[in-house]
Amino acid sequence: MLNDSTRWITLNRSIQAVPGQFVMAWLPGVGEKPFSIAGMDPLSLMVVDVGIFSHALHTLEVGDFLWIKGPLGHGFSLEGDRLLLVGGGYGTAPLHPLAELARKRGLRVDVCAGASTEAGILLIEEFNQIGCNLSIATEDGSRGLKGLITVLVTKAMKRNSYDSLYACGPVGMLSALADLCRLHKVNYQLSWEAHMRCGMGLCGSCEVSQAFDPSLPPGWLACYDGPVFIKRWA
Amino acid sequence: MPSKPFLSIVLGNLKLKNPLVLASGVMGTSPTLLQRIALAGAGAVTAKSCGPQAREGHPNPVMVEWEHGLLNAIGLTNPGVDEEVPLLEETQALLKPLSVPLFASIFAGTIDEFGMVAEKIVAAEPDLIEVNISCPNVNDDFGMPFAADTDSAVAVTQAVKSRVGDIPISIKLAPNVPDIGRIAQAVVDAGANLITAINTMPGMVIDPDAVQPVLSNQTGGISGPALKPIALRCVAEIARSVSVPIIGTGGVTTGRDAVEMLMAGATAVGVGSALWYRGPEAFNLILKEMQSFMEEHNYRSVKELIGKAL
Repeated sequence: MLNDSTRWITLNRSIQAVPGQFVMAWLPGVGEKPFSIAGMDPLSLMVVDVGIFSHALHTLEVGDFLWIKGPLGHGFSLEGDRLLLVGGGYGTAPLHPLAELARKRGLRVDVCAGASTEAGILLIEEFNQIGCNLSIATEDGSRGLKGLITVLVTKAMKRNSYDSLYACGPVGMLSALADLCRLHKVNYQLSWEAHMRCGMGLCGSCEVSQAFDPSLPPGWLACYDGPVFIKRWA
Repeated sequence: MPSKPFLSIVLGNLKLKNPLVLASGVMGTSPTLLQRIALAGAGAVTAKSCGPQAREGHPNPVMVEWEHGLLNAIGLTNPGVDEEVPLLEETQALLKPLSVPLFASIFAGTIDEFGMVAEKIVAAEPDLIEVNISCPNVNDDFGMPFAADTDSAVAVTQAVKSRVGDIPISIKLAPNVPDIGRIAQAVVDAGANLITAINTMPGMVIDPDAVQPVLSNQTGGISGPALKPIALRCVAEIARSVSVPIIGTGGVTTGRDAVEMLMAGATAVGVGSALWYRGPEAFNLILKEMQSFMEEHNYRSVKELIGKAL
């Protein structure tokens, strides 16, 4: 357990994937949901207990089976030498394998992590261990800066010049980051969350509206076109 | 150099710049998704079916790929006709500049409800109303599809036709019936302007490790390559029985598939699962492949292909 409601699940298989891609996890008779790939070797998922399905995942015991379909979708693309990674709550999950890959290639990685309280700040030690430069914000001030993560990001952008910003987290946070990046003309890659059903680009459930980011093309589907949307300013 | 073959077609009272029609239920759930498909090259687009009330549909898993196609049981997820009308109006505004006609699709659980949904959907002024009497995935809620019984199919056709004024209607038929030609004849006699054939074929995929069917609904509708020979047979039967245009749908993934469907007697060709295999670019790819086939064999227009194999 990473906190009261978050569990790290490790499978006994590895997966060859691009950071930011996702899998569909199926528990027969219970349901099927998308999860970010939080680790590749072995395949690991970060699961927050928020509904029937995730609760069932929390009750799995060592040796139980979990059905995995994937990797699915399009992940992050490492671009540039100096990167800013922004994770809201459990949005740090797909950023962790990205940070690992970036550090392996010797890139400079700054990480901003934010949540409502300290308990929601996840995977911090892991980012520290691989040599990322970390800053933290919580809304209640229980850890790091008191306030929204966008304040941290604005500060970081003023201090440094980043080649790319990578983020995963709540839709509101991503919209705000898209605005910031547009303002400062920073290339960005946002991993969008949407209500996914088929996971195959056919049912249309996971469309992300341009209302959230005007740079998205019309009819953009998180499962098929994303989950990562890449914007490069010319 | 001879000029390029004509891809444009006349479908009843409509002109389409090419014969490819987005099949209902695939991607067409919002104005912007329908716009995306229109921009991707479709000759016309069909919205996801809408019914009298909002439906969430079935829980996941709702779709699975298997060796020769897909199996799905989305469960007619839709916002209900009252919400659908403004969405279709919004879609019309996006499609008008692209000259891509919009087909609405309706379903219901009773004859009366079919009439009610049809009457309401008219407000959105769709270019055609497809009447889905053949969804295989909602038997628990609605009983056997109306398409399985000639009398029911006729009753739905009459109920819809009498409420939609001049808007043409196409009845979407099911493949798993003993005599699809006779059902087509009956619905045309009852006022159908076109036939859409076919809906998916009921099927099941089991995961032996899980010791149970993969889909939460247990069964689903087979689509993709496995459906094509079934669709070709049905379209040919219908073409022999009636003279109204047919929107031939089922497993068309390539230009050659589309040509086969036309040769079986279809005037337009539905495209659905191809979007899984080739993405929204499927439309342009299929059109290019059709064009090279036609050039190679000296067909000058799509019209020349219709019913050629019968």
